[in-house]
Amino acid sequence: MNAAPSLVMETIVGLLVIASGILSFVGAIGLLRLPTFFQRMHPPALASTLATWAAALATIAYFSAIGSRLALYPWLIVVLAAITAPITTSLLARAALFRVRAAGGDAPPPIVTES
Amino acid sequence: MKAALRRLLPAPLLTVALALLWLVLEPSFTGANVALAVLLAIVVPIVVAPLRPTPVRIRRPWTIARLVLAVGHDVVMSNIGVAVAIMRTGGRPLRPAFVSIPLAIRDPNALAALAMITTVVPGTVWCELARDASAVRLHVFDLDDEAAFVADYKSRYEGPLAEIFEGRGAHGARRAVR
Repeated sequence: MNAAPSLVMETIVGLLVIASGILSFVGAIGLLRLPTFFQRMHPPALASTLATWAAALATIAYFSAIGSRLALYPWLIVVLAAITAPITTSLLARAALFRVRAAGGDAPPPIVTES
Repeated sequence: MKAALRRLLPAPLLTVALALLWLVLEPSFTGANVALAVLLAIVVPIVVAPLRPTPVRIRRPWTIARLVLAVGHDVVMSNIGVAVAIMRTGGRPLRPAFVSIPLAIRDPNALAALAMITTVVPGTVWCELARDASAVRLHVFDLDDEAAFVADYKSRYEGPLAEIFEGRGAHGARRAVR
């Protein structure tokens, strides 16, 4: 219990945390740099997917190494983020399409179906 | 007996998922925790049953496992692709585009899963579904070849979901009659 993690484990945890930070940062840069709203919908997905996965893996590795049991609960964050994040993104996309169409802007018309 | 069991466990999959969720969250594995997990897993599905209009029926566990692995792989690859595209300064410009894709699946739960997979993979966002669910419109971050993208999307995600939720191949005859 509460043993210090080995150097190898510390390195793995450190690399995962750094990768997570870089991905979130790149996502934020994308949010600032891209010109249109529809393009800007995409970069935040970096933070809610691979960046979150890397942070969760680092947490699992670290707390499993210092604790006495496999700490799996951080993976719940990954599962719950995968279920919830698409809802807001999709809602924003629909709202943006509606607004651009109402303003007569450059957006495809609603899908027409036979029935 | 069977009807009574069905009333007690209206959604067996939800029951199993809730019990597992509770046990993973708990710091220790004791009798009291297991009892609480079982209690929650039985009570919550009964309480939320009126909120779930269509019952979930899934099959083909190996197809589910393969789909989860494929989505995991795609998420990692698209993360790298989108990150590189954001940081790249020169070279060809991005080609963002709206794409319409005709759909064969109709099960609301399968469509919800497809919407979730689409949006969770960076570079594609689910924008709108036709009123009769016959087609979907996505926004794609950087579209190279539209026909190839549509074919890939249908075979990677829609086909497995049709098998899992509707018990058929994406292009085969429908077995579940509704």
